[in-house]
Amino acid sequence: MDSLTALLQSVDFSPLIISLKTGIAATIISFFLGIFAARKVLRAGRHVRAVIDGILTMPMVLPPTVAGFFLLLTFSLRRPVGSALYEHFGIRVVQTWLGCVLAATIISFPLMYRNARAAFEQIDVNLVYAARTLGMSETAIFWRVILPAAGPGVVSGTILTFARALGEYGATSMLAGNIQGKTGTISQKIAMVMQNGDYAAAGFWVVIVMVIAFIIVVATNLVTSSKMKEAKRF
Amino acid sequence: MALEVRIKKKLNRFLLDVAFEAGDGVFSLLGASGCGKSMTLKCIAGIEKPDEGRIVLDGRVLYDSEREIDLPPRKRRVGYMFQDYALFPNMTVLQNVMAGMKKPENGRPDGDGGDGRPKRLFLRKDRRRSEAAALEKAEDILRRFHIYELRDIYPAKLSGGQKQRVAMARLIAQEADVLLLDEPFSALDSHLKWQLEQEMKQTLEGIGRPVVFVSHDRDEVYHLAHRICCISSGRSQKTMPVKAFFENPGTAEGAVLSGCKNVAAASPEGSHALRVREWGITLNVRREIGAEISAAGIRAHAFSRVRRASDDNVIPVLDPFVLEDPFEWTISFRAAEGGGTLQWKVPKAVMKDAEIPPELYLDSDAVMLLSRS
Repeated sequence: MDSLTALLQSVDFSPLIISLKTGIAATIISFFLGIFAARKVLRAGRHVRAVIDGILTMPMVLPPTVAGFFLLLTFSLRRPVGSALYEHFGIRVVQTWLGCVLAATIISFPLMYRNARAAFEQIDVNLVYAARTLGMSETAIFWRVILPAAGPGVVSGTILTFARALGEYGATSMLAGNIQGKTGTISQKIAMVMQNGDYAAAGFWVVIVMVIAFIIVVATNLVTSSKMKEAKRF
Repeated sequence: MALEVRIKKKLNRFLLDVAFEAGDGVFSLLGASGCGKSMTLKCIAGIEKPDEGRIVLDGRVLYDSEREIDLPPRKRRVGYMFQDYALFPNMTVLQNVMAGMKKPENGRPDGDGGDGRPKRLFLRKDRRRSEAAALEKAEDILRRFHIYELRDIYPAKLSGGQKQRVAMARLIAQEADVLLLDEPFSALDSHLKWQLEQEMKQTLEGIGRPVVFVSHDRDEVYHLAHRICCISSGRSQKTMPVKAFFENPGTAEGAVLSGCKNVAAASPEGSHALRVREWGITLNVRREIGAEISAAGIRAHAFSRVRRASDDNVIPVLDPFVLEDPFEWTISFRAAEGGGTLQWKVPKAVMKDAEIPPELYLDSDAVMLLSRS
């Protein structure tokens, strides 16, 4: 028992904190951006829609290192945009927590966007028409009719987004690096300790990640199933 | 109060070309499914946009292609009841009914009142008072529709009839200037339909606003509507009082929609006889036949087994085929060798067993004189 306490005290929990913070921040950003994009894309014409949809989905199908490449190409301090941001606004993306969030957001955004879009596409269009004839404003219709009706899809999209953001590795390691206590996320920690063949330390973090993921999924299932009972969609 | 509609819209299979005027009372658009009835309602509500035309409600122009007026749905004050009722699944019955009620923070229905000044501000006290008034009003309406005890239930748990009552309550609470009902009974079981038709009739009685009621069911229309306009393949026909329409629909399309089973092209032979080549017979007609007459209609119930004094048409019955319904016989037969079939219906109370007579008799006034629209 004492040895366990000692072990826990000796562990640096910063990867957990950083991963959670990154995941939450990226999810919040993706949530609003994804819903916004889904709404805009659905209203666009057929051809525009196909192209925009393709671009927005790219980060999901490409290796994260490709996203990392483009992010570095943009935000590296040796590139125009990155240096301008740093000089004029003091904003630094490379090797910072901001970089973690940016990388995780880019990579997880398509999950939110696609799930939100699929959920919106399945809404009974008569509900929206009815709301319009009832005199509701477009904003009210979105928050009171469309979003609740798309609820289960949006919730599951959010969860997947969070899970993906939490575990992001490729783009993050390129953009933000693995600075302990600053940008060192759990996935980077696992990769790092495994290079030294330290199965014990890696296993510890693997268990933590698995527990978090499991809790999230079960919790969502509980939340959505209680909602589903009331909506009884099937 | 009146609603004037004159619109054209190119659809996939045909051109929608509808013109009618609905005053107070229930106005019915009768047509087969897919004939453009629902599209007409959607254009009135502003959900769909016609290609050209004009829609005026109580002197307010809702749509005018020439003057480029096209009010958005929420400014039209048009109440729309959808075929599937479109109740919001995430709102309780009470919230659904209140969804269309005007709220104080929305200001006047037409925004700033047109004087350019910002919306009127409400004091918190006023807001609370008007919210309480709105709730009270909504609860009154719930009671009126016998759904007060369902107020906290979500639509998924309601039966078809209850859903319809909630949709109707929401429509009434909205206080729209015109009510559009899109096949309100089609989602209901037939045993529920009867009672809800009665309730609907009571609700619509003396409502003091135009009601446009879309249906493909002639019985519903006969029960509820005062005036009727047929639509076939997108084209609206003359508006007629309901009783007159069922006596003589005037057009071949109208006759079919009114439930007449026997309609065929016919050509006048003199002023009091019609030759129906399809059936291979000539029908005697008491009224004088106008030049526009090009078709004849005979209701399936109009034939008689027993010759009455006024029956001056004798129709042979060849190749009869009997179909037994619960309470009546439906017999299809030919009036001539190789001719098209006619349909005769007779209640079992009148003819206990299916004894097919060699010939049937028809009053010369029972022949409907029809034109092509």
